[in-house]
Order: sequence, then structure tokens, then C-alpha cells
Amino acid sequence: MKSPKQRFGVLEYLIFTALIAVIFCLCVCVGSVNIPLGKTLSVFQNALSSLVRQYLFHQPALSPAETVSSILLTVRFPRVLCVALTGASLSLAGAAMQGLLKNPLADGSTLGVSSGAALGAVTAIAFGIAFPSLPFAGTMVMAVLFAFLSLLIILGLALKLDRTLSSHTVILIGVIYSMFVSSLMSIVITFAADRVQQITFWTMGSLQGKGYKDALILFAALLLFGGMILLHARELNAFAVGEENARHVGVNVRRVKLVLLIAVSGLIGVCVSIGGTIGFVGLITPHLLRMLTGPDHRRLLPACLFGGAGFLMLSDLAARILLRPRELNIGIITSLAGAVMFVLIFYRTRRGRSC
Amino acid sequence: MLKVTDLSVRYGQKQVLDHLSFSVEEGQWLMVTGPNGAGKSTLINAVTRGVEYQGEIFLEGEDIRQKKPAELARCMAVLTQSHEIAYDFTVEEIVSLGRYAYSTGFLSRPGSQDQEAVREALALTGLYDQRNRSVLTLSGGELQRTFLAQVFAQNPKLLLLDEPTNHLDLIYQKQIFGLITDWLKKPGRAVISVIHDLSLAKAYGSLALLLHHGAAAAYGKTQDVLTPSYLNPVYGMDVARWMKEMLSQWEDKSV
Repeated sequence: MKSPKQRFGVLEYLIFTALIAVIFCLCVCVGSVNIPLGKTLSVFQNALSSLVRQYLFHQPALSPAETVSSILLTVRFPRVLCVALTGASLSLAGAAMQGLLKNPLADGSTLGVSSGAALGAVTAIAFGIAFPSLPFAGTMVMAVLFAFLSLLIILGLALKLDRTLSSHTVILIGVIYSMFVSSLMSIVITFAADRVQQITFWTMGSLQGKGYKDALILFAALLLFGGMILLHARELNAFAVGEENARHVGVNVRRVKLVLLIAVSGLIGVCVSIGGTIGFVGLITPHLLRMLTGPDHRRLLPACLFGGAGFLMLSDLAARILLRPRELNIGIITSLAGAVMFVLIFYRTRRGRSC
Repeated sequence: MLKVTDLSVRYGQKQVLDHLSFSVEEGQWLMVTGPNGAGKSTLINAVTRGVEYQGEIFLEGEDIRQKKPAELARCMAVLTQSHEIAYDFTVEEIVSLGRYAYSTGFLSRPGSQDQEAVREALALTGLYDQRNRSVLTLSGGELQRTFLAQVFAQNPKLLLLDEPTNHLDLIYQKQIFGLITDWLKKPGRAVISVIHDLSLAKAYGSLALLLHHGAAAAYGKTQDVLTPSYLNPVYGMDVARWMKEMLSQWEDKSV
């Protein structure tokens, strides 16, 4: 028998990249106005050559006069880019939490981390909190901070109530915590009636109207925090077998746990501060991909990057075209799919339990 | 090899381990025994740095507090009594985790030495043909052998066992104790096991530590410690008589 592969090979990377490229093109071309692929490609070619002209030869840029190219370049392309990066980040964070807590139901939304991050962002908006050195990043810093605090609170409570950190206890506490946070959020909103419109957005989750700046921030967060997670794939394997076992085989449990919790909060906080709470992405994709790659995180984590991006791009596409010309919030689509998936995973883990 | 001096552990107000001192040398098998709640498992947790402790624990002349987790894991390995598995790892993936401490770098790949150690551990435990099976499909005995293989792959000097055969069928109990006996024959190795089956302790141990409410009721050679004069007060009954009565059920009465 062939022994299972330990790593994500070149072939897998190529297949997944091709798949993502196809989905990406589809999502850019299809929308309220369908644009043929050939047209899309020529617009990008022009845009690229004009960029090159501008920066390499210091010639004035050609202004994109056409509506088609302006839809593509200023609306759809950055949006799909943000969607893909958010999907990759959220599913990587989900996979990391599922490994760390040895709990296939763990996710930013089921543990209440996303709600916590949203509360942070909403508080920042409502009270106009900004940091002098980082004028634009007030919501983001608060979201990351609240995500991390939420994780600490939830895990601390779970540990107090049930030392084995059994999966049901953690999820239960996550649900209660989410409810608690949403009532806090209502309180904050009553203080900031003039900003209700803006705040409602956070609770729904949407990447409508996102630009290149957001994409760049998401990319940087994925590079930093996602990198931290990817570099701890072996430790995650040990945690997925059990925290005690991880300690016994020599994992520096405290340090690795702290690093991973920071990385997960970073990813979720940044994603929430840009796109609001988009639930269950981190639950659905790792679960589906685990069937394909097995539970070894050295294969699962890279697959989650691609799978999460693909899944969220398709969800976003569905959100845009299902009730065309009206647009749904992407969070509605993912939560619909996620709730079904939650029940499925719950059923499977209960049936497959062994000592 | 392992020298423990004045070891105490408290959980809040409760003194779980009370000024224990003992040592284990190469080739020895120490049986830690005593009634439920005597602090047996806490002893293992202290030696593996799972709980905070007072006193000193020296492994091969070095304070274990000074060692990094990976360094410690290269010197000692632990086999616990049960394992709850959440994901369908293969047998080989579980065993390979035993090599974690040998390549902790971010990008290090398992070397040929690691592969050899894993292969050997799988062969030793008779799991080589089943290495690609999902651990979710294993029986309790097979699962425990898988984790025993992980411990062997870790290639420690000191092996710690926490009730390793507690809920296993007799055949697996015999198998696992046989495998550990063979493992101990190589030079530079020692075993400490927590066990409450006194017959197993007597049969396999060279040293015994009898715990009572966290303190040492007796410590020394197995045949000196596991005697009525120490056992009966600790267990509150005539242990030897009960054991003999149980065994007499197996005497062939038809002949």
C-alpha cells in the first residue's frame, strides 16, 4: 500500500491554483452586468500596460473611460479579491481552531470570536475610537483586540467548567457568549443612533464596495497571521490528537497555543473589521477539505487557503445573482450553508465517537 | 537515572503529593501503586511538568525545570490510559508524532532516521501492515498499541506509563506488558508505571512505591514493599488473602 503523502505537492498546488483562477474569472465576469471573458481579459491587459507605462516610463495613465472597464477595475476586481482573501483567512483560522481545540465544530462564528470582534469594531465606530498613529485602523485594532479577549474569555470559562474542554462545552459557551455580546452591541448602538446604518453593516457581513486598500490589508494580515499558522502545522497535528499528547511528544504547549490564538484573533479581527461577520466559512471548508486531504495539517492548511477562497467567491457570486438585481448579504449565504453543515458534522462526530 | 527529592504538589488547599523521595536506575521498573486518589497520576504529571510542584526532579543529573519541552521529550515519553480521537489520523501519522521533538524547526522535514524509528516502532508493535488504517477504526487494544508505538518512536530513556492497560482485554494486557519488558532489556532505559493491579505490579516490577494520601507508605524492592504489613493498612483489608481467594477460583477442582 502506498503510504499517504505528508505534504501538499506541486501537483496539488497547480490544480488548486487553476481551479481558483477559473472561479475568480467567473466571479469577475458574472454579476448585475455580465461581461464576456475576452472583454474582461482585454480590460486587464490595458490596465496592466497603463500601469507599467505610468510607473516604469512615467507617462500619464490612460483614463479608463468605458463603463465596462470601470465596473471591472474599480468595483468587481477589488471586491472579488477581498472575498477570496477573506475566505482564505477565515477558513485557515477555522482549521487552526479545530486542530488546536481538537474540536471539529470550532469556528470563529460558533465560538463567538467573530461576534466579539464585531463588538470591538462597532464600539470603535460608535465612539469614534481611533489611534493617533494609525488613523484609519481604529476599528481594525479594536476588532483584533476584542477577538483575542473573546477567545481568552471563552476558553477560560470552558476550562473552569470542564477541564477536559469537551467539544460540547466549548460550543455551548460560544453560543452563550455570542448572545451576551449581541446584547452589548445593542447597548452600544443605542448610544450611537446616528451611526446605525454603518453599524448594521457589521452585523450582516458583506464585501460590497471594497477597494484595493482593503485587499492589501487583508493580504498583509494573511501573510503575517496565516504564515504563523502555516508554520505550526506539525504542532497543530499534535494538538488535534490531544493537548496532553502534544505536551508528551515535546510541543511547547503554552507558547504554541499563545501564538496560534494571536494568529487566529488577528485573522478573524481583520476580516471582521473589513467585511463584517461572515459566519461558518471556517467550519465548512476545513471539514470538506479534510475528507480530501486527511487531517494532517501540513496538507489541510494549504488546501484551506484555496478552498476557503473558492468557497467564499462562489458564495459571493450566489449572493449577487440569486435575486438579481437585488443583492443578498454574503453572510446570509454562508450561514445557510453553515447551519446545515454544523448539523452534519455534529451527527458524524457523535456517531464516530470511539475511545 | 531519575532522582526525585522532596516532591510535593498542592491543588489549592489539598496536598496531593506529600514530600516524596525516590529514584530509578537504568534497567529498573518502578511500580507506583496505592488506592484511588492516592496521587498516582499526579506523580506522572509532575515528572512530565504537567503540574507545578515543589521539590526537585533530576533526570540524568539535570533539573527538569531547566529543560525545554522538546529536550524533555527526547529523554522521556508517556503512555496514558485512554485516548479520545477526534480526527481520522492514520496509525502511521500518530506514531510519527513521536518524532516531533527530534525536528522542531519550522521547515524541517522528517529525516531518514525519523522514518527508520517510525518503521521500527510499527514493526515492533505488529502494526506495520496496518499503518495506513484510520485510528477511528481501531479497537481499544490496537489503539493503545498505536500509542505505545508512538512512545517507542520517541526513543526515550525513561518511559512513564499511566495505567496503560486499565480497560483492555487480558490478551492486550499481556501483549503490552510483554512489549515493554522487551523494550526495557536494551541498556540505558528505565520504566515507571502507575498501576493499581497489584498482581501485575508484583509480576513485572523491580521497585515499588506505595502511596497513601499522597505520601509514601513504603518504597523499595517490590518483594519488600508489596507485603501484607504495608498493604493491609493502606487498603484497609487483608489484600493477600483476597488475592489468593480470587486465584483459588481457577484451581482445577475436577481432578
